[in-house]
Amino acid sequence: MDEAKQEELFWKKIEAEEKIEPKDWMPEDYRKNLIRQISQHAHSEVIGMQPEGNWITRAPSLRAKKVLLAKIQDEAGHGLYLYSACETLGVSRDTLIEQLHQQKAKYSSIFNYPVLSWADIGAVGWLVDGAAIVNQVSLQRTSYGPYSRAMVRICKEESFHQRQGYEIITQMANGTAEQREMAQDALNRLWWPSLMMFGPTDKDSPNSAKAMKWKIKRESNDLLRQRFIDKTVPQAEILGLSIPDPDLELQADGSYKFGEINWQEFYDVVQGNGPCNKQRLDHHIKAHNEGAWVREAAIAYGMSKSKETIAA
Amino acid sequence: MDNAIYNYALRMGDTCLILSHRLAERCSNGPFLEEDIAMTNISLDLLGGADLFLSLAAEVEGEGRSADDLAYRRNERQYYNHLLAERPNKNFAHVMMRQFLHDALLHPLYTGLKLSKNEHLAGIAEKGVKESAYHIRHSSMWIVRLGKGTDDSKEKLQDALDDLWTYTGEMFEYNDEEATLAKDGVIPSFEELKTTWLKTVKEVFNEAGLEVPKDKWMATGGRQGVHSEFLGHMIAEMQYLPRAYPDAKW
Repeated sequence: MDEAKQEELFWKKIEAEEKIEPKDWMPEDYRKNLIRQISQHAHSEVIGMQPEGNWITRAPSLRAKKVLLAKIQDEAGHGLYLYSACETLGVSRDTLIEQLHQQKAKYSSIFNYPVLSWADIGAVGWLVDGAAIVNQVSLQRTSYGPYSRAMVRICKEESFHQRQGYEIITQMANGTAEQREMAQDALNRLWWPSLMMFGPTDKDSPNSAKAMKWKIKRESNDLLRQRFIDKTVPQAEILGLSIPDPDLELQADGSYKFGEINWQEFYDVVQGNGPCNKQRLDHHIKAHNEGAWVREAAIAYGMSKSKETIAA
Repeated sequence: MDNAIYNYALRMGDTCLILSHRLAERCSNGPFLEEDIAMTNISLDLLGGADLFLSLAAEVEGEGRSADDLAYRRNERQYYNHLLAERPNKNFAHVMMRQFLHDALLHPLYTGLKLSKNEHLAGIAEKGVKESAYHIRHSSMWIVRLGKGTDDSKEKLQDALDDLWTYTGEMFEYNDEEATLAKDGVIPSFEELKTTWLKTVKEVFNEAGLEVPKDKWMATGGRQGVHSEFLGHMIAEMQYLPRAYPDAKW
């Protein structure tokens, strides 16, 4: 089949809401765009292990420690499915990690903010996972089959994470004066960065139009952000915590008008100038380099085993 | 209160808790993602075991303390874990060797404890035996892989064994109280466990091409609450929130 015909078939599938599968023909730009988005998502899951891991050894009860360990393990698992989904597009995990280390690939800018108190662990689950779910629920309908299926699995676990985060923040908001203060402080620091997780406004989002046409992305940044705000503000009200936005206002249609996001901060963090960018990347590089001899040993052992099998 | 069961449950709980904590410190430091997941998974299993043993100890004590009180409100002199569990995460070979030396004990221990005349201990072992079967498979596989991998990995692994061997003697120390428990079929015999453990570790080290260190001086003290300097730091970190905010619930 010539390329024009193949492209026609590709668009027919997209129109008909059929999934594109790894063996199907796809435009090179579609593939590139997917690799960029899925790898960014995979790296986010993996880098996200660091801020939460920062509190495992200080989790304040056996139950809290178990839940946090299980949660981080889930995130690492999500990273794995997403790397695998990316590999179906013909790029190896090693290459993806190299791109991360060379800062050619990005991860969610939210993880460049520090997680400073136990209430932050609650806020990360409540706000960060809460924002991630809004985005990921929408991505369950993405046009690329392996990505869509990974999202379905991930959404199930993320909604559990969001509830466990809300449980921590609830306990703290209803706890001692000091705990309540920590809860409000966590919300103050993490609210705006959580809104930034949805990316630039639609008019400034360079990748969005194409991704929407290909149905990689199903809903716009602004729409998803609004959905998150409308869902989260009442949850904060229940806890008696205040959203750090003086312009926040309930409108007649039940949605919230909100203040101007500090886009300068967003672009600074995306470009590497956030509070923890260097720390996160350095940690990943260090762990990867320290593990090199282990990976080499495993490969050497694997090769000697397969030689034995062939000889036998 | 049944002192013997309390002490036994506390020792087991502490060893599981401290070993779990050391593995948890490795989160996001694994050599690759699958192994990072395996480590947190094993850490989580051990933490579950710690919770069960400490809950039993708290219940036997009968003074209204919880497993959390035992974990978060005792100081290092009141901790009775094996010294081996608190050895630092020097590198992947050390972590895996420390884990293997424990797994080779915990698996037969749970297998024996499943038959305990104490139904609480038998119940804990029911869960532990399944998990520890996976743990020992995982760590012994790595011992062989690193032992037969590259010259570098073998050297690192042998170093780890030479360093850690001295902390294994303590795992088989027992007192009169425990001898009675073993005689009464409440816990497995320490002597038998040692025989099984030695057989397992020698087999695996042999396959991995490692030299078993000659019997030498064995460190002791953990069972009496006399630890290395490392434990105080671990506990200070672990207990920071409940100690700093004693009235708070988490």
